[in-house]
Amino acid sequence: MSAKKAKKSATGSKSFGLTDVVSINDFSRKDIEVVLAKAAQMEKTAASKKQKILAGKTVASLFFEPSTRTRLSFETAIQNLGGKVIGFSEVGATSTKKGETLSDTIRMVSGYSDMIVMRHNIEGAARRAAEISNRPVVNAGDGSNQHPTQTLLDLYTIKKEFGKIDGISIGVVGDLKYGRTVHSLAYALALFNKVKLYCIAPESLKMPEYIIEDIEKKVQVKETDKVEKFLTELDVLYSTRIQQERFPDAVEYEKVKNVYILNKENLRNTKKSFRIMHPLPRVNEISTDIDDTPAALYFEQARNGIPVREAILALLSMVRK
Amino acid sequence: MILKNPKKIHITPIQEGTAIDHLKPGTALKILGVLNLQDAPVTAAMNVESRKMGRKDIIFIDGRKLGEKELNKVALIGKGGTLNEIKNEKIVVKKELAYPDRVEGIIKCINPKCITNTETISTKFSIFPEPLSATCYYCQTRMKGNEIANSII
Repeated sequence: MSAKKAKKSATGSKSFGLTDVVSINDFSRKDIEVVLAKAAQMEKTAASKKQKILAGKTVASLFFEPSTRTRLSFETAIQNLGGKVIGFSEVGATSTKKGETLSDTIRMVSGYSDMIVMRHNIEGAARRAAEISNRPVVNAGDGSNQHPTQTLLDLYTIKKEFGKIDGISIGVVGDLKYGRTVHSLAYALALFNKVKLYCIAPESLKMPEYIIEDIEKKVQVKETDKVEKFLTELDVLYSTRIQQERFPDAVEYEKVKNVYILNKENLRNTKKSFRIMHPLPRVNEISTDIDDTPAALYFEQARNGIPVREAILALLSMVRK
Repeated sequence: MILKNPKKIHITPIQEGTAIDHLKPGTALKILGVLNLQDAPVTAAMNVESRKMGRKDIIFIDGRKLGEKELNKVALIGKGGTLNEIKNEKIVVKKELAYPDRVEGIIKCINPKCITNTETISTKFSIFPEPLSATCYYCQTRMKGNEIANSII
């Protein structure tokens, strides 16, 4: 029942083993390395040459749920590669509003396009789409389940900044209970060697136990509720927004919403190479006085969404389902 | 014949069908609750003496073999029990119930936001033993043993 693996391709993608990008858990270390290498290659490739990669191809961009960064970066990536974009950015103007099932929408769109990029509020929607579609499907977020391209761009950002992922010491802070980006990142880091993961969260937002159990054979995990405790040991601090919409109880949200606010003061005594990452949007987790320090890596991280998504689209354009 | 001393537990043995033996006390009713057996005579013995287990439950299903889906349901609840298929009063198949690696269409996902709860799609789960857990193929929700037992459809 594992995700479909790509057949060997004559076009050079033979080391990329997936026909769809649905969950980071489908990736092997090799698959991740292929994406990161391709993204680095994309950054060096001339715009005119990139235009040929999706020339004559149509990519459906189906955003059943609103998104700014992800949708814009995907659509920019598609256009950078010379592809045409069809689709929608909100569900209101579609047949879904009339009661059409996702399965039917996907069957229909598969006939109109060469690839599907999809965000949906229902969890497992991307897996279902990949199962039905004879075109590659890229999950651009399915509810609180998976957002694999975010994880890939996080890994790319670390690799680009530090030259490696093996041996990195990374703290994840904020909502570790509901935050899908930190869950996916934790699983992805477990594919690398000698990674130290510091989980920083209040008791009510701790990293789920099953995730720690799954990764602790590969990753050295330490847990704390104090952000200051391990700061001097970290290469990266990955901050996340505490998302009000994920809380079943408003009182619980009020208790924890301002627990971890990073400011310039926190940078004292950190390593010279210390960097802060954030999937954005931030609310107040990172004070703006950090923005103009060398530690601020989050805007660069967001920019890296383009080459990473170009790489994914380019790799999937070569696979046959 | 499948019981050495059937009189002792007041059950008439079956000549043809299925006997599920060595079930932990309390599991027979749970198993019958998830099997749709209106079409077959069924006898269950609960909390009967067992040399091996102290106490055990047994289920006899007269004239009926269980299909793959039914056996998967039984195994998820009655792991460690013994499945006997009986033909002409003889046990023709005898095997210990073990967790399947994966199941389709027998567990409802507990995640209300899962695609399988919003569209008519057969569920698929990977099963992991010791301690028992099941992961939804679609939304990747992980269910624990008691959640699985309560979600068998």
